[in-house]
Amino acid sequence: MAAKREAPVESQKTARIKMVLNGEAQDVVFAPYKTLLEVLREDLGHTGTKHGCELGECGACAVIMDGKPVLSCLVLAVDCDGREILTVEGMETDGRLHPLQEAFADLGGMQCGYCTPGILLTAKSLLDHNPHPSRAEIREALSGNLCRCTGYLQIFDAVEAAMVEIAKRGETTK
Amino acid sequence: MIGHARRRVDARGKVTGQTIYADDISLPRMAYCKLLRSPHPHARIRSIDTSRALAHPGVYLVLTGKDLPIKYGILPVSQDETPLCVDRVRHVGDPVAAVIAREELTAADALELIEVDYEILPTIADPEEALANPEPRIHDYSEEGNIHKRVAFEFGDVDKGFAEADEIFEDTFFFQGNTHLPMEQHASVAVRDREGKLTLYTSTQTPHYLHRALSKVLEMPAGHIRVVATPCGGGFGGKSDPFNHEFVVSKAALMLGRPVKISLTREEVFYCHRGRHPMLMKFRTGVKKDGTITAMHLQNVIDGGAYGSYGVASTFYGGTLQTTTYHIPKYRYQGARFFTNKPPCGPKRGHGTPQPRFGQEVQIDKIAEKLKIDPAELRLRIAVKPNELTANFLQLGTVGLEQCIRRVVAISGWKDKFRKLPEGRGVGLACSCYLTGAGLSIYWNAMPHSGIQLKLDRSGCVTLFAGTTEIGQGSDDVLAAMVAEVLGIKTFDIRVYSGDTDLGPVDLGSYSSRVTLMAGNAAIQAAERAKAMMAEAVADKLEVPKERLRFADSAVFDAAAPEKRVTFVEAICLAEARFGTIGTVGSYTPPKFPAAKYKGGGVGTSPAYTFSATVVEVDVDTATGLVRVAKLWNTHDLGRALNPVLARGQVEGSIYMGLGEALMEEQDYRRLPSRLSHALVHKFPSMLDYKTITSLDMPEIVTEFIEGPDARGPFGAKECGQGPLLPVMPAVANAIYDAVGVRIDEVPMTPEKIVRALAEKKAGRAPRYGPDHFPEMSWGEPLRVPPPWDGGDGRAINEPPRQPKPSREKEKVLTP
Ligand code: FES
Ligand code: FES
Repeated sequence: MAAKREAPVESQKTARIKMVLNGEAQDVVFAPYKTLLEVLREDLGHTGTKHGCELGECGACAVIMDGKPVLSCLVLAVDCDGREILTVEGMETDGRLHPLQEAFADLGGMQCGYCTPGILLTAKSLLDHNPHPSRAEIREALSGNLCRCTGYLQIFDAVEAAMVEIAKRGETTK
Repeated sequence: MIGHARRRVDARGKVTGQTIYADDISLPRMAYCKLLRSPHPHARIRSIDTSRALAHPGVYLVLTGKDLPIKYGILPVSQDETPLCVDRVRHVGDPVAAVIAREELTAADALELIEVDYEILPTIADPEEALANPEPRIHDYSEEGNIHKRVAFEFGDVDKGFAEADEIFEDTFFFQGNTHLPMEQHASVAVRDREGKLTLYTSTQTPHYLHRALSKVLEMPAGHIRVVATPCGGGFGGKSDPFNHEFVVSKAALMLGRPVKISLTREEVFYCHRGRHPMLMKFRTGVKKDGTITAMHLQNVIDGGAYGSYGVASTFYGGTLQTTTYHIPKYRYQGARFFTNKPPCGPKRGHGTPQPRFGQEVQIDKIAEKLKIDPAELRLRIAVKPNELTANFLQLGTVGLEQCIRRVVAISGWKDKFRKLPEGRGVGLACSCYLTGAGLSIYWNAMPHSGIQLKLDRSGCVTLFAGTTEIGQGSDDVLAAMVAEVLGIKTFDIRVYSGDTDLGPVDLGSYSSRVTLMAGNAAIQAAERAKAMMAEAVADKLEVPKERLRFADSAVFDAAAPEKRVTFVEAICLAEARFGTIGTVGSYTPPKFPAAKYKGGGVGTSPAYTFSATVVEVDVDTATGLVRVAKLWNTHDLGRALNPVLARGQVEGSIYMGLGEALMEEQDYRRLPSRLSHALVHKFPSMLDYKTITSLDMPEIVTEFIEGPDARGPFGAKECGQGPLLPVMPAVANAIYDAVGVRIDEVPMTPEKIVRALAEKKAGRAPRYGPDHFPEMSWGEPLRVPPPWDGGDGRAINEPPRQPKPSREKEKVLTP
């Protein structure tokens, strides 16, 4: 029952923006209806960013845009012209994992790992702005990121361990 | 290695975004599939017109039920699903057609062009409606009307047991359904490979069962189908059935000769469901003044939803494990599962057991209060003993229940808190028992439940091929750790390939907490066999008796003279030179459980049982009914913690999920007003409305492992990923009672219910919220099995002669 093939309108990549993705300038061409989440995953091959709802309800798609965490499923890609985006793929520097990544790996901060990229970036944004958050502040910052596996406590432990490590690394570079 | 906190083998991929889940797969020429789902809970399909959809630009293919008419289902006795409904829809969300197009959006647009002519049928909302309305029958194969399945057992003379009791307690409980809500929505990509065979990448917990079902439905030899279970973004039982979309994309890929992908929306995941069965339960328990139980009678009315799924097993589990926590000398269980026009229920973490456990543990709290015995003390008096054979012939092994209770009482400060905290604050205690892998597989045969292959070569790499499925629980890591421990190497020197039916030997899947024990024992066997070959070759080389060789620190050396050594890589080379290519296998088949010979006695058997005790402390706001969990203490008898970081994660994750079930999670339905079709629709098919515990709600948890190695467990280990969930809900209910003096005999314990119970209390009526009636029904003649202490030999005294299994659909095995 195969039908004849004409071009669907959806695939027409008529939108074009420039953005900086994980430190690299990008010229991005895509179908204009797409969200940042879809452009990252489908047009730029950055599948590290996940989705659990695509309605702004779960936090799995969080990325950092111009220094602030955003839910990429709620951001239209056409609104990202000139923006700087950081995804989980950009957290490593010089082949070294970010202290948050190390701590999550060591302390049970992830199980299935599906919520992890969103949580890592939300936590990074917290620590970037508040290097010594209390546990209450960590709970608050992560309250929009759902995780069904861990029960959150090992995530809190990991964020706190990373906080200590970042402070240590900062001192040694001083 | 074993017993030490360690980074799991799949950690790096998961924290860098490199792990490829099903929806991350994108292949050249890939097309997209969308399903058209029924807006009606019950209707006959008169006709479907797909012509306009097919003519839509960008559409490749439209499929309907006629294209895939063969039925499947996870259990051999419930082959009641088709990939797309053929002539009837049975719940809102049941799929009726599929569009495959170049773009996902095109497929979605084209769905709207499909015209389905439905003849609306009356709907059945719950078991009581099902009982009152045998017609229309949702499935023709049901036992009677809309009763899907009934089970009835009597172990010993229960009426006599009640006659011997000093007090008889009768309570009715309701446990609402809830769902798994994995963070990853189900997704699949099917490919017709270059040989013309089928490969399906999919988010599943049970690739082997899916493999079988695909072979049946597609009428293809299983040997020509490869199922790859991609790393699973959360399962909890919700990805253990074969799903409609998996067959549809497979069929489409075979027809189109191009990859076809589907990625479900969150709303669709709610329709897939297979979550916790709602259960309405009546408990009658007779006790002596000292708390000894003389008899228990449990009746369980189970809401199954629209299909069989694992439901027959769930119906057994709705009563079978009641005897494994406390000594119950006489026990009658009657359970009935009903078909209703809602998404099908199935196995969720704890499968069928949390609901009756809730009733049992709350009732014991009531008994303790009436008898003026401390609830911890009462439980200690009646706890099962190691190696006990229960009334229903389940053979227990190691039992750490007593230690669990004693330790949780000590670390929680129970004695200073129970009935002593100020109004509004309270503590509650509950216990549980769970199994480590089902003793029986879904398909009865003599073959192993788990298999492992190892390949070792001169590169020094040890490759581990497993059929197991990594669903986040850490199975890849646990298997690598066991092999590393035996061979004296690091987990980083092992590469694990799992979840791929082409690469790994058969494993039945990640369910029933079976992987660590079953696949683990297989892995140890494979590793021991490789070790034996290496030891023989090294012993010759070093001229040392092979019994004296030690494998440690990536070397093989003489225990008496450690300087006499070769590296691990050299040891492989020696073995390869001596024996040729080195590959070993291991397999695991559960021991025979000869005790239970009656029909149905295989359900509940397990190589090992775990025990948990939980104390929870809560604050209850009497004005709003809001419950805040202040702190929770858990002790869990897991035999041995193989990797304490992972074990703690399993325990805390279970408790988290249990707290959600206790306080807020519910898969509930409502009827639309009659002017809007009167249809039965899902109340909360979104993550915003389906409430779960967030990072703000999660209390502090103190977990203590009770370790006592079980001889049947690998390195002594038993399960820890399901058991700790079970005591949470009753512990919360008991704590609410301690705090404000009201009994909430229903899960979830929402603020509204607590406020209502408080109002009852204030009005001088029974301070309780819960079901106030229980349906009358015929349960059928129970199978009478005298328990061991009445001289029973595990056989029923009234068992009808077993027929040579004519009812079970004969399995068609296709050979290439
Ligand atoms: S996918 Fe963006 S919040 Fe859920
Ligand atoms: S680790 Fe699985 S959802 Fe968070």
